[in-house]
Amino acid sequence: MELGLEVDESRRPYTVLAVKGEVDVYTAPRLREKLVELVSQGKHQIVVDLEGVDFLDSTGLGVLVGGLKRPRSHDGDLELVCTYQRILKVFEITGLTKVFAIHSSVDEAVAH
Amino acid sequence: MQGALVLELDVPSSPEFIAIVRLVVASVASSRRALADERIDDLKLAVSEACTNAIEANRSVSPTAPVHVEIWEAPDRLEVNIEDSGPGFDPDTLEFPPPITDPERLNFERGLGIPLIKTLVDKAAFLRKENGTSVRVTVFGGPADGDDTGAIFMDVSKLPSMLPPPVRGR
Repeated sequence: MELGLEVDESRRPYTVLAVKGEVDVYTAPRLREKLVELVSQGKHQIVVDLEGVDFLDSTGLGVLVGGLKRPRSHDGDLELVCTYQRILKVFEITGLTKVFAIHSSVDEAVAH
Repeated sequence: MQGALVLELDVPSSPEFIAIVRLVVASVASSRRALADERIDDLKLAVSEACTNAIEANRSVSPTAPVHVEIWEAPDRLEVNIEDSGPGFDPDTLEFPPPITDPERLNFERGLGIPLIKTLVDKAAFLRKENGTSVRVTVFGGPADGDDTGAIFMDVSKLPSMLPPPVRGR
């Protein structure tokens, strides 16, 4: 099972990470590594685009929660792009809609 | 439960096999039950969460033990049992992370799986057994049209390693 992770640096100061595929206990460690790598490269304004994600479980949510902590400790932030109900529902059930800024497009996420 | 066993799976206690369980459960649910796609997604996620916990439990005591999955159906419901051979736990005494609005919450990456299971399905039972835990998740909904061909047993470790790529459907 492949997890697509594509970094777009053209929206500075934002770094956009587009995730594609299924995020579960098998693939989530790759997402964690990528988020840690971005912060260690000094990229502290991160937008994670979940529009290509078909499935997201609690391990994936946990990685995003951990991924939020690191940029915030550098006065940055990690925001999300997600419009699909099946993925949004997981954030709603767990209350994480109160923790993450969730946008309907990358353009919207980088516009503020 | 009063009903018929549709399918049994023995899954190696390794994370890469959870995607197969999701695929099988979603496929059985959509072909045999009159369930909306959204309900099938809910079942799929609940089963996936239970498998994640079961694999972790097995790996802590007997890494070679498989996770045993059974799919049962009755006229009004579909049930999936996920059994491990781990040390067991009591879902009511689990320590939950701080409230979501507490800044300390960001230090907790775990603790979301059990609440998700409980919310996503119509019924979730966590049964402690002598040698492990059994999680039973239930969704209510009538049967779809189709023939009952009897129970099937699959040993996932013997499946070819090549699986078809996931079909994206929204």
